[in-house]
Amino acid sequence: MDTKSVMIVGVGGQGTLLASRILGSVLVDAGYKVKVSEVHGMSQRGGSVVTYIKYGEQVYSPVIEKGQADIIVSFEQLEAARWISYLKKGGTIITNTQKISPMPVITGAAAYPDGLEDKIKAAGVKLIAADALSAAEKAGSARAVNVVLMGVLSRVLPGIELSSWKAAVEKCVPAKVIEINEKAFDLGREL
Amino acid sequence: MSELMLGNKAVARGLYEAGVTVVSSYPGTPSTEITEYASAYPADEMYCEWAPNEKVACETAIGASIAGARSFCAMKHVGLNVAADPLFTASYTGVSGGMVIAVADDPGMHSSQNEQDSRHYAIAAKVPCLEPSDSQECRDYAMLAYEISEKFDTPVILRLTTRVSHSQSEVVTGERTEKALPEYKKDIAKYVMVPANAVKKHVVVEQRTLDLTEYAETAPINTVEYGSTDIGVITSGICYQYAKEALGDKASYLKLGMVNPLPVKLIKEFASKVKTLYVIEELDDVIETHCRKHGIDVKGKELFTYQGEYFQSRIKQMILGEADEFIAIDENIPVRPPVLCAGCPHRGVFYILKKLGVMVSGDIGCYTLGAAAPLSAIDTTVCMGASISGLHGFNKGRKGEYEGKAVAVIGDSTFMHSGITSLVDIAYNRSNSTVIVLDNSITGMTGHQNNPANGKNIYGDPASAVNLEALAKAIGIDSVEVIDPNNLEQTERVIKQELAKAEPSLIIARKPCALLKTVKHKAPFSINSDKCKNCKSCMRIGCPALVSGDKCITIDPTLCVGCGLCTQLCKFDAIEE
Repeated sequence: MDTKSVMIVGVGGQGTLLASRILGSVLVDAGYKVKVSEVHGMSQRGGSVVTYIKYGEQVYSPVIEKGQADIIVSFEQLEAARWISYLKKGGTIITNTQKISPMPVITGAAAYPDGLEDKIKAAGVKLIAADALSAAEKAGSARAVNVVLMGVLSRVLPGIELSSWKAAVEKCVPAKVIEINEKAFDLGREL
Repeated sequence: MSELMLGNKAVARGLYEAGVTVVSSYPGTPSTEITEYASAYPADEMYCEWAPNEKVACETAIGASIAGARSFCAMKHVGLNVAADPLFTASYTGVSGGMVIAVADDPGMHSSQNEQDSRHYAIAAKVPCLEPSDSQECRDYAMLAYEISEKFDTPVILRLTTRVSHSQSEVVTGERTEKALPEYKKDIAKYVMVPANAVKKHVVVEQRTLDLTEYAETAPINTVEYGSTDIGVITSGICYQYAKEALGDKASYLKLGMVNPLPVKLIKEFASKVKTLYVIEELDDVIETHCRKHGIDVKGKELFTYQGEYFQSRIKQMILGEADEFIAIDENIPVRPPVLCAGCPHRGVFYILKKLGVMVSGDIGCYTLGAAAPLSAIDTTVCMGASISGLHGFNKGRKGEYEGKAVAVIGDSTFMHSGITSLVDIAYNRSNSTVIVLDNSITGMTGHQNNPANGKNIYGDPASAVNLEALAKAIGIDSVEVIDPNNLEQTERVIKQELAKAEPSLIIARKPCALLKTVKHKAPFSINSDKCKNCKSCMRIGCPALVSGDKCITIDPTLCVGCGLCTQLCKFDAIEE
């Protein structure tokens, strides 16, 4: 098979790293060669963050560039629009419908764009928009947005057993919040 | 067994398997996790510590090596500037137990103030340098580095870059091999670098470089892979991965796992077999210059830049002339720069400094974000510790004109790293300068490492804590004040008061990092829309939890931690608990 590329994008602090670790774990279990490229340090402080996950029979570069991603999972609407050029033609974007204003919007120097979902669809992208925040809150913690979105991704990503996803969630999240995250994952599968 | 591992975690695994017993580092992105993961192994097998700075860490590793132990220190590229002094002479003394310095460069400056290429240090200090390209090689090269260190009697640099340190790939691991500690023998000619001994050791160092060059000709980590011989690529580290993805079997590759010293015969032989030869290396033209010096014709920096990261598409475009297509939408997407977190204790100080309009000599840490709008408080950021000495120089340069209207700001960990000597300079030379230590009780930016001022060691066990107030008094700063930076009235009053004094002064703004798990937060505040006049006074602190709207401000309950800073700016009592 060709190497497949998934990007997880969001805002620093939303738990994108944990999501990428769950996905990485699932893909290794499925027998793929996997590379995951993370971002640490300054950009984690509320900035735009991105994680690359590539898998297949052989993976060289850990980085995904414009026009190379099969799937983008976005934790925030504006970030889905920001990274859209990284998607392959015919690729899929899963986005949380949550909006988090960046500092230029907070200070009034820029406006948060309207109608992003429509614009993304108009670009010929398969878009799955999901209210992951409400689902996470329903599961018991707003912080579980990352695991809700992994639940959504589990419906889209082919060839992975559900039990493998569940084992990865259990392995990657802190022990005291396993129950909340299991619920969050299941709610994500229904979105 | 195999496991998906971060490059940095794989280095730590390699250290453990190689029987390393002493690890000393100062945190620095992208190197930090090596030492964090190393500290997860039993301390009685592999002792780990955070040192106050990279020079201390490197010297600790040197001492452990002289004692016969396999030792290690890790740092980011700019950390090696700090550790350069011991490195250059450790090259002369050589080692007893193997010694490895991991240095992580940051092409693209994801979290750094410059983009320097550490291979220059390996060349200048005349020590071997290995460069892995994925996590398996991180583990393998770390282990090989100890063999090279002991065989050739030299410290070895393990050079990493951000994409290697912070990418995960599979690693096959093995068991730890304990190294028996040899008996300590005094050896003045080897370890006392007075001129008479150093003159003799320099001869040894030059011969060692010749021996290492011979080793590089057949080293197992310098490998040739033949595909099409129309294109030849000499590369190393992460660029190998980019090149393989871009060119596949359309090219042949000479992958250099050892980037100092570089082989000559091996490169000449490879060059003779390919039609067009490219050197693909991020940052400086180290391999390219070596090739040209030996009369080998290559294409390098005339195609590829000295700046940033390369990636596969640039290589594909430059060598094959091919480009990927991509989708675009016609929308102006606002940038999302990093910001000080909601509840960050640095915010109050920067708000007041901006309000007072003072010159702010800044430093390295989360608080560098105080330079970002709307706070825009910081005037300068150079290197660790430069805020204090820089302020002193600024005040001298302005002949006293700015003494009442300039301050230095520095974090507690950065102050421990290299701020203390600068403060001594201010006290010693009676500089009328005001220094603010932003004491958030942790090393913040690199992800919460303990430091000598917060009372815990790397294992989280209780440790002695430097008393900043007593330290200041001991070095001759008589005016020392402690403030709560979330109390704006007190913060403004004390900063004004200290600036007005005709003597050196130290203000300690003390409040723990809002992200620390031990910090208890209040429930999120909310805005009473009947009371809010939308005057935007609260927006001046640049809190990400406050969002402007057409009619009134709102508070994002998922971000607000109830620090209450904004309530002190609202004239209409519209912000409620």
